[in-house]
Amino acid sequence: MGIIEYIELVFSDYTLRTITLGTAVLGAVTGMLGSFAVLRKQSLLGDAISHAALPGIALAFLFTGAKDSNVLLIGALISGLIGAFWIRGITTKTHLKADTALGLILSLFFGFGILLLTFIQKRPDANQAGLDKYLFGQAATLVESDVWLMAFVAGLCVLVLLFFWKEFKILLFDKDYAQTLGFNTKFIDALITSFIVLAIVLGLQTVGVILMSAMLLAPAAAARQWTNSLGVMVFLAAVFGASAGVFGTAISATQNNLSTGPVIVLVASVFVLFSFVFSPSRGLLFKRIRLIRNRNDLELQKTLTFMYHIVQDHEDISHPHAIKILNNFRGYSRKGLKKLIDKNYVKVEGEMWSLTEEGFLRASNLYNQNEKDD
Amino acid sequence: MGRIAVKVDDLTVAYNYKPVIWDIDLQIPEGVLMAVVGPNGAGKSTLIKAILGILKPIAGSVTIFGKPYKSQRKHVAYVPQKGSVDWDFPTTAFDVVLMGTYGDLGWIKRPGLKEKKRALEALEKVGMLSFKDRQISQLSGGQQQRVFLARALVQNASIYFMDEPFQGVDATTEVTIINILKELRKAGKTVIVVHHDLQTVPEYFDWVTFLNVKKIATGPVKDIFNDDNLTKTYGINYKVSVQK
Ligand SMILES: Nc1ncnc2c1ncn2[C@@H]1O[C@H](COP(=O)(O)OP(=O)(O)OP(=O)(O)O)[C@@H](O)[C@H]1O
Ligand SMILES: [Mg+2]
Repeated sequence: MGIIEYIELVFSDYTLRTITLGTAVLGAVTGMLGSFAVLRKQSLLGDAISHAALPGIALAFLFTGAKDSNVLLIGALISGLIGAFWIRGITTKTHLKADTALGLILSLFFGFGILLLTFIQKRPDANQAGLDKYLFGQAATLVESDVWLMAFVAGLCVLVLLFFWKEFKILLFDKDYAQTLGFNTKFIDALITSFIVLAIVLGLQTVGVILMSAMLLAPAAAARQWTNSLGVMVFLAAVFGASAGVFGTAISATQNNLSTGPVIVLVASVFVLFSFVFSPSRGLLFKRIRLIRNRNDLELQKTLTFMYHIVQDHEDISHPHAIKILNNFRGYSRKGLKKLIDKNYVKVEGEMWSLTEEGFLRASNLYNQNEKDD
Repeated sequence: MGRIAVKVDDLTVAYNYKPVIWDIDLQIPEGVLMAVVGPNGAGKSTLIKAILGILKPIAGSVTIFGKPYKSQRKHVAYVPQKGSVDWDFPTTAFDVVLMGTYGDLGWIKRPGLKEKKRALEALEKVGMLSFKDRQISQLSGGQQQRVFLARALVQNASIYFMDEPFQGVDATTEVTIINILKELRKAGKTVIVVHHDLQTVPEYFDWVTFLNVKKIATGPVKDIFNDDNLTKTYGINYKVSVQK
């Protein structure tokens, strides 16, 4: 299928359109909110919350017998919130480290959730319940009302971010300081945590408990690589998240039997990988290149300064010297010499080298500069 | 010297069970430039955080100009220890200094032209104006320290609490900072500074508090900054011999 045909299909096919829109909006919301989790170094938070939501889903089904995804989501929301705020309680009241508290809640709730699921599985109505879709996610079950709900939450989230932007920023950067200015940091913190829980719960049906945290972290981690501004980071994370949704859906729709959630997560991970390697300021590739370039420059400068030392003792600066003497100098290499020739700093005839006028000038500049620094 | 700027009564703070500061009584007169000295782990940061309400004490009370801290927030500015924040945070020096205006703005309102102008002035004062658009991770330690100082200056408070503002700064920056602190004192402000370099205490400060879990002594530098108190605080025989 060509790209044009696929785009046409998205517009004409109800299911495909619903899934594409749903995953795009979901990706945008989790991307935005994920920025906050990433900057607070709470990378486990998403995992803990999504796992904590599982028993809520199971309990909601047991109590109401409902298959309606909204009822189950409310269950998920409640137990996700309990989990999230329990974690906060543990870290402030006791002196357990945050990751310990996260790990504790994660395994406690998830264990309980799995227990309930196996219990449900033994019941006669187990097959219709379809609760396992919350484990691995099943984007195909998205309906239009789900997308509306996601869009509503996305809109609300943008509004809250715009409203409390400066409060969020100062909380993230310097919580203690924010408190001395009179801000209720507990409230801001609770607000952002609640939204993270909400976004995660909304994504469970599509991506599932297990992979949901990647949706929170990956777009934000990728976005961080490209910018040094919080606003741009949040925006980019939303764009990356939405793109992961759209591309992931496209790939899984055109390749038979690939489930959507994991593909979306894979696409998001590719963004992360790409960003970590290719970002101009923070990427590994350019860091490496800069390092090599700096090192080469330094070697050349050192060689040139060394030559200047030798030449200094002669009246005639262009007096030729044997290349052999350069071997005494550790930074010297044939390649370096060639570069100096290319730059027209040095002339070589046979086995003899000499500094050019230009090279002498450059070297004396370098030399004097070094003297000053010492 | 008239009013008492900060009054601390029986303040005790514990993170776990063991109190890290014990029964602290302090009266800081308005208009002094005071050093808080004590070994690592003595509870200096803890004391400041408890005064500022960041930590909840298990006992004791704090008043600022005779009233509880909560109602006096606008009079107090804080420079945290530099290592307490993540300097890789995606923001610029200017933006950090602008945070100093957030308290006056209150909830939701965004900083406008007036606030931005104040932030620029503060950056200029600490000699960091040309770095205003720098990402904060690309500042040196001393520059980061000056950004923090500028952020507190923006608050235009009456009392300044500074946790090791001289940490990791070179001689030039140290002079810049101390001149600003002396200027604040001249303007009648009260400045409380956690300080590690005992040699410079007599030169920089006029008031000093010795702290090591308990308060050892507090008062004018010329009266109490002596080998006896230093030995009591640091536990080893100290010979700083105050330079007169
Ligand atoms: N968050 C914390 N949880 C538990 N104990 C803490 C915490 N922060 C500090 N402490 C302990 O409280 C004591 C006092 O710490 P504080 O940071 O106030 O010392 P300090 O005088 O500022 O030291 P430094 O000169 O190293 O900055 C130390 O023993 C420290 O280990
Ligand atoms: Mg300290």
